Amino acid sequence: MSDTNTWIRIAYCRDIPLREGRAVKVGHREIALFNLGERFLAVDNKCPHRGGPLADGIVSGTTVVCPLHAWKLSLETGKGVSGPSESSCVETFRTRVEGGIVFLQLSDHRRESEARPGPELPVLCVQNCGISSMRLYPSAADA
Amino acid sequence: MERLVVVGNGMAGVACVEQILRHSPKFDITMFGDETHVNYNRILLSSVLAGEKSDDDIVLNGLNWYQKNNIDLRLGVRIVGVNAQAKTVTGDDGSVTSFDKLLLATGSVPLIPSIEEVKKEGVFVFRNLDDTRALLERCRPGLKAVVIGGGLLGLEAARGLQVQGCDVTVVHLMEWLMERQLDVAGGGYLAAKMNQMGITVLLGLSTTAILGNGKVEGVQFKGGGSIPADLVVIAAGIRPNVGLGHEAGLEVKRGIVVNDYMETSNPDIFAVGECVQHNGICYGLVAPLMEQGKVLAATITGNKGPKYQGSVPASKLKIMGVDVFSAGEIGDKLDGSEVIRYEDPALGIYRKLTLKGGKLAGVILVGDTADSHRYMDWLRTQQDLAPLRRQLLFPAPTEDAGIDIAQIADSETVCGCMGVTKGTIIEAIHDKGVNTLAQLKECTRASTGCGSCSGLCQSLLKAVVPEFEEEVKKTICKCIAFSEDQLRDILRSQQLKSVQEVLEIYGNGIGCEICKPALSYMLDMLWCGDHDEDRSARFINDRVHANIQKDGTFSVVPRIRGGVTSPDELRRIADVADKYQVRMVKITGSQRIDLLGVKKSDLPKVWADLGMPSGQAYTKGVRMVKTCVGTDFCRFGVQDSTSAGIELERRFENLFTPHKVKMGAVGCPRNCAEATVKDIGLIGQEGSWQVVVGGAAGKKVRKADLLVTVETTEQALEAAALFFQYYREGANYLERTYDFVERVGIERVRKETVYAPDASKQALLERLRKSKEHSVDAWLERDTPRNPTQFVQIKPLEEVFA
Repeated sequence: MSDTNTWIRIAYCRDIPLREGRAVKVGHREIALFNLGERFLAVDNKCPHRGGPLADGIVSGTTVVCPLHAWKLSLETGKGVSGPSESSCVETFRTRVEGGIVFLQLSDHRRESEARPGPELPVLCVQNCGISSMRLYPSAADA
Repeated sequence: MERLVVVGNGMAGVACVEQILRHSPKFDITMFGDETHVNYNRILLSSVLAGEKSDDDIVLNGLNWYQKNNIDLRLGVRIVGVNAQAKTVTGDDGSVTSFDKLLLATGSVPLIPSIEEVKKEGVFVFRNLDDTRALLERCRPGLKAVVIGGGLLGLEAARGLQVQGCDVTVVHLMEWLMERQLDVAGGGYLAAKMNQMGITVLLGLSTTAILGNGKVEGVQFKGGGSIPADLVVIAAGIRPNVGLGHEAGLEVKRGIVVNDYMETSNPDIFAVGECVQHNGICYGLVAPLMEQGKVLAATITGNKGPKYQGSVPASKLKIMGVDVFSAGEIGDKLDGSEVIRYEDPALGIYRKLTLKGGKLAGVILVGDTADSHRYMDWLRTQQDLAPLRRQLLFPAPTEDAGIDIAQIADSETVCGCMGVTKGTIIEAIHDKGVNTLAQLKECTRASTGCGSCSGLCQSLLKAVVPEFEEEVKKTICKCIAFSEDQLRDILRSQQLKSVQEVLEIYGNGIGCEICKPALSYMLDMLWCGDHDEDRSARFINDRVHANIQKDGTFSVVPRIRGGVTSPDELRRIADVADKYQVRMVKITGSQRIDLLGVKKSDLPKVWADLGMPSGQAYTKGVRMVKTCVGTDFCRFGVQDSTSAGIELERRFENLFTPHKVKMGAVGCPRNCAEATVKDIGLIGQEGSWQVVVGGAAGKKVRKADLLVTVETTEQALEAAALFFQYYREGANYLERTYDFVERVGIERVRKETVYAPDASKQALLERLRKSKEHSVDAWLERDTPRNPTQFVQIKPLEEVFA
């Protein structure tokens, strides 16, 4: 599947504990997937600093702190948010949740959304994964 | 020049002379003091007893002050006679000194209740520096001390003695503590705090006799009961010292009677301080005598005009961790008064305001006295509180402290003890170049009384002097505005048991990589596993129990207690290294073996194959005990350090600590296992062990401090345990023992661990026992992982060919 706009079924929500991340091998890439309670966010599992595994970092709000040298990166934009990390950036990926499963799109979430912001649609609560309400990314046409 | 003779070299006499000197240098001054010390801060004697301050720290006027002002100082001379006609005073050294004006500042003397056989070895009063020194000389850890009197002084003495290691009981005649300053409920909160500190409080007991043959053995109560005592302190109150007033033929009631101008019935004789009675009231507190001194100085220097109109009585208990403030009228039965109350038993906070005609008449604060300044001001100014009705108990929140300070009027008093206004402080800063707290004290005397306004003084300095650096309140990070000390209290009293809960209630609801692990530790330490451990709040090392390396792989260090292993263990380690293609096998500096380059997903299998417990090399926890071969093989060893070290490691292993804890045990002072640079070290010597703490050989090198020397191995292990738990409970997260010991001071550490009262020691050990009971070998999660993906990399649910 070379089409990066395809939604890939990644993992059951319940397998990623609340406010933790897990590494997922998607094809040749390793992606860090985080459970933020109300949504899941995904970034490349490689810190732009020294390649630290971001999935192993502590989540602070919507940022993650790399376990190696404490670089802080936004899980929404991929941008560094403090000190030396500020000019760096990590690739982000679109996610959505359906039926207790997290889906992911390999295209770059950030670039995509700049180019073509899709409407956000609410979906129902999914049990057992700490999700109370959920927004669906991006447009319904993709699904 | 007129001759002014001052009898009394205490705070009142000297403060009054300071004021007189401000008016004019018209007097030739002679001062008599029956103590042999220069003027010192009597309020802080309890701090001297508690070892927080030295004699020198509490000196208010050094000898150079007397010299500079040409004051003839006669120390150690008690004035025994006054001849008002001849205008002379007679000293107990036979000297006769004539005066034009006489100032009596003779203070007060301890009230000794009628107790049988009170004159015994081991019975003390607590009034002056010599009493304090005698007490310090006498008290020893483990002595049973009984304090008779549960007022301000008695309670402060009790705490001081307890800090010195005594087992203290306070016996109070009345039904509740500090009955003159507190109501029954407030007294109850105070008693609970004292009990919590390990001081026994007995109420409603009248002491009838001191037991013992020549030397104190106990005290007996009305009704026949008695308790044993090695030391008795009588702090049952004071009475004005008015003997010389009678001698001089002055009008004397309870105290020497003075009018609003501070004149006595004799125009040439004046009196100030605790020995006087104004408008029917004798004051035993420092603020009134400062106010009296100012008025008296005006009168005596021919500037008669200012009037003394009585003072608002206010007192503050100076015991660290026991905040009590009381001012004004505190009785419930004031006519037409309203009482406003707030209490929180879990936090130990009690507040009571008494309002009369819409104005504040009295206030009691127990447990939190931060607002005392505000209430004191309402009492002094008698402002109408109707507009503030909804903010009486809690002030409207301010954005930051700076606004608060700006709102204080220049005429408002900042230092209640010394009567220094904000205006005076600002003036000193502007005109006299004051820019440190020490200079401010020197120049204005502010904050030299009870010291409780030092925070406010620092805030003023900070606001006015740009380069002033105040001691910053240490918070963990920006997420939570509390110090770790406060947080521990909050967590305990509010029974908070999860990191997220703490962040939501007391923080920004988010948390970060700094506060989350710190809170995780605190909760674990406080609740010993009886809480919701939130792995997401912990560093990756603590989620998977291994140390993350620069390439994202992990290192595995099994526990090898005391550095003693076996051929069988070594074979298993070698097999594991082969099987999992471990990239490096390394002997660590801690007498252990490190397997480096293990993949996260292999960790559970590696642990299972090793069949050894976790060495906690990845966490802020108990690392290891490095040992030498002790008596088993070494020809110099005098103690079995190997066994002692292994036992030490067994007792503490699997526990978490504020920072890593590395220990050592050596069998002789040659110190081959370097115990003197470990967090806790046991050093064997002929017939005894030295237990040392706070050593370091890392970024910083520090020789450990001696905690205690004991005879048996079991005693050494217990001393180590006391310190270990004390550190776990009192250190800030990521504070190594060497920083902790330096911050707290080894003397205090000793007093609160090995020399603490038995009850406190047992409580420390009990809490450690409970923690240990709940602790587990983290590597057992190989069989029962926290969640199915704890160690695995997730594979997508569908195949991806990208």
